[in-house]
Amino acid sequence: MEVPILKQGAVLIATFQAALSDADLNHLRSALVQQVVRFRSRGVIVDVTAMDVMDSFASRTLREIAHMIRLRGAETVIVGIQPEVAFAMVQLGLTLEGVATALDLEEGLAYLNQKFKTMK
Amino acid sequence: MARVEILVTISSDQDIVVARQKGRSLALELGFSSGDATLIATAISELARNIVSYAGSGQIALKDVQGSTRVGITVAASDNGPGIPNVSQALRDGFSTSGSLGLGLPGVRRLMDEFEIVSKPGQGTNVVVKKWRP
Amino acid sequence: MAKRDESSELLRELVAHLRQNRTQLREEWVGRISETRLLTAMTKEEIFAEATSVYDSYVEALETETFEALQAYARNLSERIIPRGVETHEVVGIVLLLRDVLGRSLFAKYQTDFKKLNRILDAYEPAANRIANTVAVGFVQERERVIRQQQEAIRELSTPVLQVRERLLILPIIGVIDPQRARQLTEQLLRGIRTNRAKVVVIDITGVAAMDVTVANHLVQTVEASRLLGATVIVTGLSPEIAQTLVTIGVDLGKMNTVGDLQGGIEQAERLLGYKVMALAEPS
Repeated sequence: MEVPILKQGAVLIATFQAALSDADLNHLRSALVQQVVRFRSRGVIVDVTAMDVMDSFASRTLREIAHMIRLRGAETVIVGIQPEVAFAMVQLGLTLEGVATALDLEEGLAYLNQKFKTMK
Repeated sequence: MARVEILVTISSDQDIVVARQKGRSLALELGFSSGDATLIATAISELARNIVSYAGSGQIALKDVQGSTRVGITVAASDNGPGIPNVSQALRDGFSTSGSLGLGLPGVRRLMDEFEIVSKPGQGTNVVVKKWRP
Repeated sequence: MAKRDESSELLRELVAHLRQNRTQLREEWVGRISETRLLTAMTKEEIFAEATSVYDSYVEALETETFEALQAYARNLSERIIPRGVETHEVVGIVLLLRDVLGRSLFAKYQTDFKKLNRILDAYEPAANRIANTVAVGFVQERERVIRQQQEAIRELSTPVLQVRERLLILPIIGVIDPQRARQLTEQLLRGIRTNRAKVVVIDITGVAAMDVTVANHLVQTVEASRLLGATVIVTGLSPEIAQTLVTIGVDLGKMNTVGDLQGGIEQAERLLGYKVMALAEPS
């Protein structure tokens, strides 16, 4: 499944879809890191609004994405986690610790802009 | 109401998605709220994932269940994999086999209303969870 | 086996009789309903229409000896008449009346053949009782569902998530928190964060009746889930006892944002929000 990765200035925006398999997620992880390197991006927004279920693998993949992207000097924000999904995640003990989160795309961009200022 | 039974063969990571989507549909059909359907789908995802990771293949059966005054859904995850050597340890919160969340069974138990597991080394694993519609 | 065949044979005869005399028996039944002053919340036309449906479903259940369709119909009927104020005793009453009306017509028809009458009643009674049971239970279940819905609505109304400033929500938790209520609070809060685009939430637990491990866990989960939606949570009203409980269950209070009282919590929230506003307004 092709996940679109858009470039908006120094920020990459990846919009995850609903029924991503493990293989899709792994592929996405590599693709994102590649793009960050290619465009020397400073930030990545992963939009998971369409994901109706976030299980342990998805959660681990997101943490790995954030980690690998940080190693390349960029910051990741996860946006769009649905209230129901957030509730299910904490029941399962998945807290995305160490990964920045924001309500939506707008908030995610605001967060990154804020970060860039302090990172200057 | 007609009894429903949906069987999903689990042998690849794609089947995990199929199983949880079918679970969500069935839950909504049975009148569960969207929030509850998400909890159920998440539990199914974890159970299916365990099958793929530890047994290679297995099956998930989704059924409606009629109580005397309420309706619910049953998810039965079974496989002929290696089995769990120490079930009570696996059920203790925080226990993990590989530094992550391990089997995630305590989490699955929190997501659902009822939880039963039978697993012995060499005899595969059978997990049955239920959620009742309020 | 022979007895079962005979029973089915008799039921068939019975069903034929009920179908043949449908108009008359239905009229008699409707008459008895108004005599006994049941279904007063409904008009004559409505009673007639429902009576027709119930009669036909009744006969069909007798004929097919299956009750799913009847169960579905009973739920459907209940859904319609419960908002009209129809009560359980009325529904049970009219079904029993129908059973009696039909029973009497059987007496009338077979009165000259006592043996046959007995056999027909042997076939009729269990089926008729099962029907009465099915309809009554269907009605009661529907009623219970409605009551639960109303309770849920009341609970929601009594636990408001307040928007005090832009991007700031306050959730004062008061009273006893059972798991169901805790869950409802969390879901309401998360929805509220999304709707109001809140960046800071102040959860005030001054009024919580009892803080045990279960409630503490719910609180921690609420804080974690809120963060996933990009909101920072400040917990206020934490007494030393509650702080102890939280530490006991392994909560790292250093990670949880806590302030003594609600006012202090709101001030900190404003600082958090105000700070961000100032930073963005800086010329770049």
